Amino acid sequence: MSTFKKTTLALALAGAALASTAQANEVEVLHWWTSGGEARAANVLKELMEAEGYGWQDFAVAGGGGETAMTVLKSRAMSGNPPSAAQIKGPEIQEWGELGLLGDLNGVADAEGWDELLPDVVADIMRYDGQYVAVPVNVHRVNWLWANPEVLEAAGVEMPTTLDELFEAGEAIREAGFVPLAHGGQAWQDATVFESVLLGGQGSEFYQQALVELDPEALGGEQMIDALEDFKRTRELMDEGMPGRDWNIATAMVIDGVAGFQLMGDWAKGEFTAAGLTAGEDYLCAAAPGTEDAFTFNIDSLAMFRVTDDEELEAQQALARLVLEPTFQEAFNLAKGSIPARPDLDMSEFDSCAQQSLADFQRTAEEGGLVPSMAHGMAVRADVQGAIFDVVTNYFNDADMPAEEAAERMVSAAEAASF
Amino acid sequence: MRDSLPMKNTSATPLEAGAKRSTPSGGLQAWLPRLVLAPSVAISLFFVYGFMLWTFVLSLTSSRMLPSYDFVGFGQYSRLMANERWWVASTNLMIFGVLFVVICLVIGSLLAILLDQKIRQEGALRTIYLYPMALSFIVTGVVWKWLLNPQLGIQAMVQSWGFESFRFDWITDPDMAIYTLVIAAVWQASGFVMALFLAGLRGIDDSIVKAAQLDGASLPRIYWRVVMPCLRPVVFSAVMILAHIAIKSFDLVVALTGGGPGYATDLPATFMYAHAFTRAQIGLGSASAMLMLGGVLAILIPYLYSELRSRKHG
Repeated sequence: MSTFKKTTLALALAGAALASTAQANEVEVLHWWTSGGEARAANVLKELMEAEGYGWQDFAVAGGGGETAMTVLKSRAMSGNPPSAAQIKGPEIQEWGELGLLGDLNGVADAEGWDELLPDVVADIMRYDGQYVAVPVNVHRVNWLWANPEVLEAAGVEMPTTLDELFEAGEAIREAGFVPLAHGGQAWQDATVFESVLLGGQGSEFYQQALVELDPEALGGEQMIDALEDFKRTRELMDEGMPGRDWNIATAMVIDGVAGFQLMGDWAKGEFTAAGLTAGEDYLCAAAPGTEDAFTFNIDSLAMFRVTDDEELEAQQALARLVLEPTFQEAFNLAKGSIPARPDLDMSEFDSCAQQSLADFQRTAEEGGLVPSMAHGMAVRADVQGAIFDVVTNYFNDADMPAEEAAERMVSAAEAASF
Repeated sequence: MRDSLPMKNTSATPLEAGAKRSTPSGGLQAWLPRLVLAPSVAISLFFVYGFMLWTFVLSLTSSRMLPSYDFVGFGQYSRLMANERWWVASTNLMIFGVLFVVICLVIGSLLAILLDQKIRQEGALRTIYLYPMALSFIVTGVVWKWLLNPQLGIQAMVQSWGFESFRFDWITDPDMAIYTLVIAAVWQASGFVMALFLAGLRGIDDSIVKAAQLDGASLPRIYWRVVMPCLRPVVFSAVMILAHIAIKSFDLVVALTGGGPGYATDLPATFMYAHAFTRAQIGLGSASAMLMLGGVLAILIPYLYSELRSRKHG
């Protein structure tokens, strides 16, 4: 072989060898924090890991509700090659635990005192069979109403506190030439609006019976029909181009002053923050109409998979520890719009919306009204959630379907969901 | 294998001499192609048919997130039949498939006939019409999503020209959204069908056409009565390819409508993906995949049989 060919071959082999050896003490983390505010928040964790000398292999899969990311995770797990950590939350952590794929974080939990630190409702979700398998990253509140104060002023309306006030305000905003409610017509967004409307119109006890416990009488009864009709009415507040729109584009409509309101969880605040806006001045936040005494929680968590490599295990433990440390908790939640998972954090850096959120979280934890979000996978399993999504989104988009039929379908969706 | 020429020839050609040699190497000659193809055949048999069988087995179980072998008979199929979204998806496949194939054939053959008229710049035109095939369905889907968006695309443009009451918001209408899929898919595949037909047309014997012209037939009549019947094999190939594209349509749906307003543009492929993977219902997803296969076979096998049988006889 000529010298040229030999050199090329040698280089190619070296390149292949380099490419195949991944760093041993790094973690591969699957998540769907891909919008502007979220990506910046996730980057904080990466920098903290790298500062301690661990590597971070990012595995971001876009898709607001996390459906695509979960699908990718299942195929990776099925092929026997799961990532080190993944953004799994709610009852799904229990399902993964049943499969025996999750690793044990009790070491870190004991060292850091997680049992005393975390509220019960949070710690229960992070444990499978008595062991910690996941670390909570934040606590999101889903039942928020976001508004652009300039649009409200132009229309001459105040922040609505009940559903009726929302519809009245909506009409005034429409007449002033703006879109009343910015929305993206995707199944998970439809379900988010639905659960906030149901919570606001029918209360947190009914929400618990219907969407968490899946009581057939609650799902098929009069209250559900009322909730569905309220939900259908919100369609009048939306614009024509809403089918298929992404959630952050809808938030941008509020930021740009095209729309007045958005019913979305507090990750929308991350978008406002990324646009350089100030809470209370450039944008307004309030509990979704009718839900001041309720808090629909959505806890993001990183579940750790069982790994055999010692260095990777060490990096994983470091990741779990760093996530609950005040540095990361503060930086991440400031950027993301949620409140910290550790309640003992100094909240002086956080804006008025976050402080109100934390106060409501603690109050509803004591008095009742703290409910898991069905639309975000905290209340029921993926198959039931999917079936409810189908009913809700189909009803929302079908001009002719009566609410009674949709309520019947909810009942059969919950029953027939799985074996 | 032994040469049986009547004259025994001392000046036999090397080839004939070779053929007269012993059987083993002649036998190897015959078996060599089969040996070479055997690995591919074995791999296809295993990965395609073997896994189809595995999917069938899984459709008889109650598998959820990962495959399990807890058999429940045809329970998954009865759940599937009771699932409203599945019926929407199946109907959509019928509508989309039939419209897509028929419209592509019509447009493709028309374009091919027009290009066949010995026009100038035929090469350039052909390339232009064939270009959409080079795009992936994702690109097609995204571009058509923007074009069909009532606030950004065609409706907005025509309204800005002054036709205030023009409406083209099919993509937001649950009843009409499936037809937007047809539009985008036809745009993509017509050029390809045109190329197939053009190749077929070029292969037709000129003398038949000339004879028909001598008999006084007009050009449209010639094409309809004389040329198109000769192109039955081309139609067959085109239908095979288009049908397989239609059934495979997953990326187009995801990019263009994401399943449509609600699930109005769901197709069996997206239904199966959503249930098997996203919703951790592998048993139900496998059942839907088997039903998809069954439906496809029910249509294709009679067609294949009739075409190949008539070709043998005709």
